[in-house]
Amino acid sequence: MPVPLGRRGVRYTFASMDTAAGVGARFQFSSDQSLLVYFDQLKEQGRARARPQQSQITLQANEKVRRLLRLLESEPVAGVRNLHPAYCSLLVKFDALRLRHEEVEAILRGYLERLDEVSLPEPRLVEIPVCYGGEFGADLAEVCAMSGITAAQAIEMHVSVEYLVYFLGFVPGFAYLGELPEALVTPRLATPRRKVPAGSVGIAGNQTGVYPFATPGGWRLIGRTPVAMFRAEREGLSMLTIGDRVRFAPISAERFAALEKEWA
Amino acid sequence: MGVIQVQEPGLFTTVQDLGREGFGAMGVSASGAADAISLRLGNRLVGNDEGAAGLEMTLLGGTFIFPEGALLALTGSDFGAALDGQPVELWSSFEVKAEQSLRLGPTRTGARCYLCVRGGIEARLFLGSASTHILSGLGGHEGRALRKEDALKIAAESRVIHERRMTARSLKELQPRKVLRVTEGPQSDWFPESARRLFYESRYRVAEESNRMGIRLEGAVIPLPSSGDMISEGVSLGAIQVPEGGKPIVLFVEQQTTGGYPKIANVISADFHSLGQLRPRDEIRFERVDSETARALLREQKEFLASEELLFE
Repeated sequence: MPVPLGRRGVRYTFASMDTAAGVGARFQFSSDQSLLVYFDQLKEQGRARARPQQSQITLQANEKVRRLLRLLESEPVAGVRNLHPAYCSLLVKFDALRLRHEEVEAILRGYLERLDEVSLPEPRLVEIPVCYGGEFGADLAEVCAMSGITAAQAIEMHVSVEYLVYFLGFVPGFAYLGELPEALVTPRLATPRRKVPAGSVGIAGNQTGVYPFATPGGWRLIGRTPVAMFRAEREGLSMLTIGDRVRFAPISAERFAALEKEWA
Repeated sequence: MGVIQVQEPGLFTTVQDLGREGFGAMGVSASGAADAISLRLGNRLVGNDEGAAGLEMTLLGGTFIFPEGALLALTGSDFGAALDGQPVELWSSFEVKAEQSLRLGPTRTGARCYLCVRGGIEARLFLGSASTHILSGLGGHEGRALRKEDALKIAAESRVIHERRMTARSLKELQPRKVLRVTEGPQSDWFPESARRLFYESRYRVAEESNRMGIRLEGAVIPLPSSGDMISEGVSLGAIQVPEGGKPIVLFVEQQTTGGYPKIANVISADFHSLGQLRPRDEIRFERVDSETARALLREQKEFLASEELLFE
């Protein structure tokens, strides 16, 4: 079972929440036209709606998210307008003049009972070439200093793992990948950058990811890929899809330049 | 086919329609007009479908030339529009003759003015919508705000001759609100009662760096819940998140699809169009309503927009 990685004040922990009945679902009012389904476990605080003291993310909860998403995509509910999956939750947006929250919840409960029937697609393995350090990975040296490792070790660790795409969020094509080897677990920057170059590979907590566009960002940058992560003209648009597996492959600056031309 | 020539683009002018719902799992937010009601009515004034693409101008309008003429309507805020120097009325359709020039200036009221043209603006659709998504550079006119000398195509449509306008009563009804009604956010109960009281009793000022992604607020700093143990989750349009530092941000049309800050409240759907008319330095406050009220207000708005007496010819 994965061990909690919540060291140095990192927000996210992966831990098992296996119970006989599996991970239960919880519904939460989000807005007048949306509700959240959580696959997590509230730690009992003695109060009915106590805030979870330690939120937990698990592979199991995320798998439920992916199953529910797939079921809702293959059998759409009339009046449901959008779905925003995340680590252990799914935001369901709907036409509030057509459906009430209670109705959406009742329909979703029916879907939840059938989650075991859902077959998830065979995960694709996507390799992403990365040029680490230097101008492409402005925070690599600091990450190494914080963890007491060399740049070569950090790169070796980052490429050693086959990551899971937990979900896409934030901006088009931004994949939340987990989980990082423990020695690379590093908090976000105290002050986010106003603009992170497109293709930047960052780490935050026990997550890693690639910025598809030049956006503001608080993750620590360790490298950059020349590959376009989201392109309007490409079928599927996004390089990565929820549930994919990802490996990073180190490349030289020369190779980066050559690939960048190919992708331009 | 008609054309709009951009002589001056204005401060920030983009092609917008009603957006692209349904791609949240790809990280793509709906986008679309910041004041969707103004765009919808502008389109109706020129006889288009409500969701046709128009121009959304922000704070300062542009100057446009119509080499072949067009039927237009301006809606939303008053940007002091003039056609060849003659003032034109907002909220009514008007004919522009070949080579005439429409000039708009700085706003006299709210943040956004919409230019709708009979036929609609023709733009390459991205995920089914012509809406410009600035951050990713997709949709609209080359995925960006308009520039000097851009030329936009007007979709072919047999031109209607009669002009339409809005009734005075309906315009009053559509006045953007400065007291925004909200429902509880998914993490409302993470905040102590004192923090919530502070949020509802305070006046907030819209910060300069607000944009289509988020409306940043200045004013009373909301104390954060004791330990920041939030996991990123899907966020709704109009969600009011409280990041470190305690200054609330209202997530807007070009919002991030997921976020990791607790949400104290969520602007109700019936007030989204009011968000689109907020200018920097505007003062607002929030009023809590329950979900039944929010739904009733949305239904009322829908019925009002469908009513017969809204526009006349």
